[in-house]
Amino acid sequence: MHNLIVSNTALALTGVFVLFALWIGYKQDLGIAKSLIVATIRCVVQLFIVGYVLKYVFKIDNWLLTICLILIIIFNGAYNAKGRSNGLKDSFKISLTAIVTSTIVILLVLVLDGSVKFIPSQIIPLTGMIVSNSMVAMGLCFRTMSSMFKDRRSQVMEMLALGATPMMASKNIIRDSIKTGLQPTIDTAKTVGLVALPGMMSGMIFAGADPVLAIKYQIMVTFMLLGITSISSIIGCYMGYKSFFNRYAQLIK
Amino acid sequence: MGQLETKKLCYDVGQTKIIKDINFSVDKADIVTITGPSGSGKSTFAKLLASLLTPTSGAVYFEGKNIKEYDSVSYRRQVSYAVQQPTLFGDTVRENLEFPYMICKKSFDEQHAIKALQTVDLGAGDLDRQVTSLSGGEKQRIALLRNVMFVPKVLILDEVTTGLDNASKDSVHKMIDYFNTKHQVTVIMITHDDEEIKLAKHLYDITDGEMKEVRGDA
Ligand SMILES: Nc1ncnc2c1ncn2[C@@H]1O[C@H](COP(=O)(O)OP(=O)(O)OP(=O)(O)O)[C@@H](O)[C@H]1O
Ligand SMILES: [Mg+2]
Repeated sequence: MHNLIVSNTALALTGVFVLFALWIGYKQDLGIAKSLIVATIRCVVQLFIVGYVLKYVFKIDNWLLTICLILIIIFNGAYNAKGRSNGLKDSFKISLTAIVTSTIVILLVLVLDGSVKFIPSQIIPLTGMIVSNSMVAMGLCFRTMSSMFKDRRSQVMEMLALGATPMMASKNIIRDSIKTGLQPTIDTAKTVGLVALPGMMSGMIFAGADPVLAIKYQIMVTFMLLGITSISSIIGCYMGYKSFFNRYAQLIK
Repeated sequence: MGQLETKKLCYDVGQTKIIKDINFSVDKADIVTITGPSGSGKSTFAKLLASLLTPTSGAVYFEGKNIKEYDSVSYRRQVSYAVQQPTLFGDTVRENLEFPYMICKKSFDEQHAIKALQTVDLGAGDLDRQVTSLSGGEKQRIALLRNVMFVPKVLILDEVTTGLDNASKDSVHKMIDYFNTKHQVTVIMITHDDEEIKLAKHLYDITDGEMKEVRGDA
């Protein structure tokens, strides 16, 4: 890893870019100063904490501790997805189910086929990647669903009036929401490498890895992300549509 | 005891009382007409009958049982509500007539669909037409056919003839008569149409959420 040298002075110098953003915000009257400062401080503090925690966890290399950390990541992810859900009922329970399922499925496959070892330095970053992608997909699904149930309310009601079950009446909405949840991952997969080198691959190349090895990992990650977003969108939407109906199969206000 | 009844039916949205203490009853194979000013609660009343809304208090009874005791989905297949200003689904007329089959997992009966189209003066040639190419009156009639592909016991029609020309209106009336006399379908018809109000044997008025019998069968 001799390629990786980030001196504290270098770090401080890049901080100038933040000042630049602040200056632009001030000049253009964007009103972002406060959130920019908060974001910068949070970024630094959170990353430092995570860095030290990870260093400690990697050193101890205890499976119980690793699992604890995985659980923390998962709960945080579900909590965040809930925050993006526009107040959808049961969104925490649904996100938790979707995130846990996609995490378990993906980790199991990767660990069993040996592409990833069950050691904290591999499992934890991977879980982070899985959960954050699952979280974003769920957030998208939930938001799309909420707005579609608002826009297409009268059509859903019409289908119910004809004797459709809530699931049939929601079929199009479920389908479109899943599609929306998957879209960013599909779009990224299409242009991967052409516009930007993805984070993980860039990181490996920075650290001096063979680009061909780096792309293999990247392909694995891309496939994995497609898997994660499909699993979570499907679970999220098929559980989520129920929140829009009561026990008499009526649309809730 | 009527086939479909309401007892002390009330529906509030927040503090606003939209349906006020309605006691209503209709017998099997009857045709009743409901009229009233715009915004008086007619559609809300229809949705309560169709189990699309839950009453704030009071209840709806179908064949002697509170409708809460039925499975809502199968109840709605028996008490079918044709909404005010319906929209057609998908791209073609066929998709719309297939919908009732799809939801009860039966295979589409094309001959039956063609016969149904004929009852409202449309025909086999219209089956594969694009929804976008239909006139307002044709759309309205096709929307209505979705409610009767499987014959319901009660048909609630919410201003289904509003905006139709006389020919389209006549074919809708003919269809209603057909189902009422041939299949003993009970019809509850909401309307603003002067002609329909004049011809109604059994007429109710809903004003400001309250129902009054205007003309009875006594
Ligand atoms: N979910 C709701 N939230 C707030 N107000 C509502 C809601 N549903 C109905 N209303 C109000 O209740 C009243 C009755 O509405 P409804 O649709 O039943 O009227 P209507 O008699 O069918 O009128 P029209 O003849 O114009 O179709 C209206 O004032 C309407 O604004
Ligand atoms: Mg109305």
